[in-house]
Parts: sequence; structure tokens; C-alpha cells
Amino acid sequence: MDIIVCIKRVPEVAEIDLQVDQTGKGIQEEGLVFGVNDWDNYAVEEAVRIKEKHGGKVTAITVGSEESEDVVRRALALGADEAAVVTDPQAEGSDAYAIAKVLAAAIKDIPYDIILTGALADDDSYAQVGATLAELLDIPHATLVTAIEIEDKQVKIKRELEGGMEEELAVATPALFTIQSGINEPRYVSIMGIRKVAKIEVAKHDLGALGLSPDQVGSAGSFITVEKIFPPPVGEGAQILEGSPDEVATKMMDIFQKGGVV
Amino acid sequence: MAEILVLMEHRQGEMKEINLEMLSKGQELADKTKAELTAVLLGKGIASMADEVKRYCHHTLVVEDEILSNFNSEPYQDVLSFLMKERKPSLVLMGHTAFGMDLAPSLATATEVPLATDCYEIEVKGDAIIPYRQMYGGKMCAEIHFVKDAPCQMITIRAGSFPAEGLKDLNGAVEQVSFQFDKDYAYKKFLQYVEAAVGDVDITQADILVAVGRGIGDPENLPMVEELASLLGGVVACSRPVSDKNWLPKERQVGTSGKTVKPKIYIALGISGAFQHIAGMKNAATIIAVNKDAKAPIFSVAHYGIVDDLLKVVPGIVAKVRERKGA
Repeated sequence: MDIIVCIKRVPEVAEIDLQVDQTGKGIQEEGLVFGVNDWDNYAVEEAVRIKEKHGGKVTAITVGSEESEDVVRRALALGADEAAVVTDPQAEGSDAYAIAKVLAAAIKDIPYDIILTGALADDDSYAQVGATLAELLDIPHATLVTAIEIEDKQVKIKRELEGGMEEELAVATPALFTIQSGINEPRYVSIMGIRKVAKIEVAKHDLGALGLSPDQVGSAGSFITVEKIFPPPVGEGAQILEGSPDEVATKMMDIFQKGGVV
Repeated sequence: MAEILVLMEHRQGEMKEINLEMLSKGQELADKTKAELTAVLLGKGIASMADEVKRYCHHTLVVEDEILSNFNSEPYQDVLSFLMKERKPSLVLMGHTAFGMDLAPSLATATEVPLATDCYEIEVKGDAIIPYRQMYGGKMCAEIHFVKDAPCQMITIRAGSFPAEGLKDLNGAVEQVSFQFDKDYAYKKFLQYVEAAVGDVDITQADILVAVGRGIGDPENLPMVEELASLLGGVVACSRPVSDKNWLPKERQVGTSGKTVKPKIYIALGISGAFQHIAGMKNAATIIAVNKDAKAPIFSVAHYGIVDDLLKVVPGIVAKVRERKGA
């Protein structure tokens, strides 16, 4: 069972005061900490678990800046066998559709039974690349996958619906699944683990090497563009309780009392 | 005349609430772009659903087949590709739900139609349809432009973005459309629904919920939260990252993929407030949020907020409640 897992390097934005950059279309990245997209981390773990149980090879692929090598190296440390980075300044400004085109070109010569992606990305949250890639490759897909069980030529999967409900599907391979968070408990990757895979060579491609022309990628090859970004409008918002921990606790007590709790 | 297609979502014989939300926005967009509004309903035994929505649209297209009885993106995509080719709509709307997320990206790719997902607002400026969506965990909004001169565009809608009431009566009729399937879709087959596990605690019945999120940091910190909940006579709930890590069981999770709750008091501890979470708790009578990040979206729905580390705040509250109770 050969598996390709597509991953993305994203900034960590929790507890960060994000600022709009000079172009007005992106965020200021200076000082931000980047790492692997959370959903992709689950996807890599799932790929490695399938390999450990059923054999085969796991290849991790990313499209992004040169620094994106970090996230595929992390995947190697987690248990992936091979890795590739597609990096090209002309890919900047690509929408989910253009990124899927790049991925399709990058994996056309790699044999696979299953492709895994994260269900969505922490940064732009389109939830679009996986199923788009499946369509470009003309293979079936299922999104928001919460369980994968390999059976001979087909895969039994569960998809997350609403309200705690799931649906079970049987999908023939080759197929693509987008992985929902919580599908597994990803193993811890140590610095030592990453050092151990330092000698594994990561394949690097630019768009020309994949046979893609500039008009197929970037904003020229995209269907949508981000015209501008802005912080969400501030509504009424919460009344902020301030003071020492003791004062704040006292104010909370008053709210509880008003609510008839204590 | 231009036409806006809105795909209706249903499961196990029940229409989803997002249908009316999409139709209400669809009516506005149809007005502004001088288009006709058309609901599309695919399934089996769906006549009563068609009757429910037809009055809000100019047309209601119904395709019935056994193959469509449970949602499956593959046959849905084939029928919709056919309808889009036949009717050449200017805009196609569907929900950014488990249903729409499985269908829209591949349908848009197959039909070469630009797609903007998870949109909370759609404006009309001149001839252009401008969707708005959120990025970076709700910390930024984005104005999206479709490629120029696209004859058709597709948008998936975030649930709860538009009102589900105040729709106009358009007195449309139901039109049956026949579609011949040329395959059985054995390569992607629906097997069954799996109901949520029932736990020992039903958080939807609690008057007081103390909910924890990623900010709890470590499961070792849970006992202090459990103590606060029990002192207040409430129960502990959580956001997705906590149940993903199995720190609390899935049935304690509040949000779109978990439970929808409406307690008297909802205390959100270390929860940033992803829209999926907010959708599950925004109707609580009183919401108190504690978060280190003053820009966390949770503060936009909370009534009271404390900008601090929950690990510093909770012990103080626990002590105060104990003191007040004389315990």
C-alpha cells in the first residue's frame, strides 16, 4: 500500500496579534513561528500507521517556500520514506485549484494506492485542495475522514458529519482521503528524530521540472484571488473584567450570582 | 435570464437549516443581479421537501433516483454537472458542510468553475459577485475576487451566516428532471450512518457548562476545571482540540461536529472560538470567556471576558466560590 501524503507549512497564529502586510493581501510573517499544518500532521501519522500495518512506502510532498523542507523533514522523522518539495517563486499567489495542479504534476510519476491530505489548512482554511486534486487525477475521494480500514482492493472509511454523527463508506483504490483532526494520536517528533533523517535526500522541483508553465500557476493560473484582508469588524464584544486575580474572581462571583448560580 | 442554483441539503428525510439561509441570501442576490432563483433537490422520496422550498424560489428542480437516496459526491457531481451544462447558471450556492465540502471542490474542477469556499458574506458590486471569508482561525477576513469573465461562479456558505426567516414568497413550481445514470458508483459506496456514542453525561441538559479548550495545555490541569464545574453545580465540556487529543470524551465536545448547547452560563476557558465551536454555544444566556489572547474570536460572542491565562484565573475563582459557599 503506497501512500502519498500532501502537507503544508503554516504559521502558528493562536495568541498572536496578526497584522496586515504592505500588500494588504497577506499577513506580516516576520516573527511568526511556522510548523506543519495540524490536519496534515494527523495525515502523516495515519499514512505511517497504514504502512506499519500493511507495508508499502510513504512519500511526503509539499508546495511552498524553501523553508517548507522543514515540514517534510518532520514527516520523514515521523516515519515517511521519501519526500519532495516543490518550490518556485512563480507559484506564489496560487489558489487551492492552482496548488492542486502543482501537486498533480508532482505526483504523476510516483506510484500510489492512497493519497492523504489534511481536511483543511490552519491558515487559509479553503478545505479544497484534496478533493480538487482527486478530480484532477480522476480518482475517487472522501473528505473529513475519521477512520481508515484497509481491505484488499477497497478501503472502508468513516466521514465526519454533524452533531457527532458519521457515515461509513467503501471506496476503491486508488483514492484520496482528506483527514480530519482527531483520527489518531500523532507520535511525538524529537529533535533527535529529525537529526536521524538528515541524510535522507529531499527531492526539489521547480515548476519547469514538473512541466508546468507560469500561466498555469500563481495568480495567473488561479480561479480566485485574495483582493484584500482585514481584521474582523469589532462588534459589541465582551465586557472585559480587569483587576487583580482576586478582584476578577469577585466580579465573576457577582455574575454567577446574577445568573442564580451560587 | 441569469439563474442562481442553490443545492438543497438533506439527510435521512430531513432538510438542513442551512437551506433557508442559502435561499434567503439567494433571493437577495437574485434581486440584485436580476437572476432567477432555482433550488436543486436530489434524492429519493423528496416530494414533500420540494413542496417546502418551492414557494421561496422561481423554480425547484427535482431529480429522483435510488442512487441519490443517500448523499454521495460522485452521482451528485454527475447530475449537477449536467444541470450546470444545460442551464448555464451565473452562480451556484451550496453549504460549507460535510456535504458541500465533499462535493463543491471536485464539481467546480470538473466544470471548470471558480470556487470560493466557506463564505460568510456575498456582495454585488457592479457586475461582480464578491464573496468574503475568514482566514487564520477567524483572525482575518478576506475579500475574494473571481477570475474575470467567468460565466459561472460557485460559493459554499458558512452555516449561520444568513437569516433563515423573512423569505419572500416567489410561488415557484416544482419541475421534475430526468437523468440517466450510466454507472453504479461501486467505487464510492455509502454503507451506513454511525450515530454518536452516548456518554454518561449529557452536556445539552446542563444549566452550567465549564468548557475547556487548547489553553488547558495539559490534561493534568483538568481536575481544577472539574472542581470549578462541580462547585457551580455544572459539568465540564470542551472544544475540539481537547477531544481530538482524547483528554475528554467526544460526547463532551461543543460545536458543529459535537453538541449544540444552550446553558444558563457557559464558561469558555482557553477556547479561542473557532466558528464551529461558536455555532454550538452562542445561544447560551451568559457567556464568560477566559483567554490569554485579547484578539481571540471567542470575545466577540462572550458577554464577559477575562484576558489572562486560565491556569491563573481558575484557582482564584475556585477559592472564591468555596469561600462564598462556606465549603
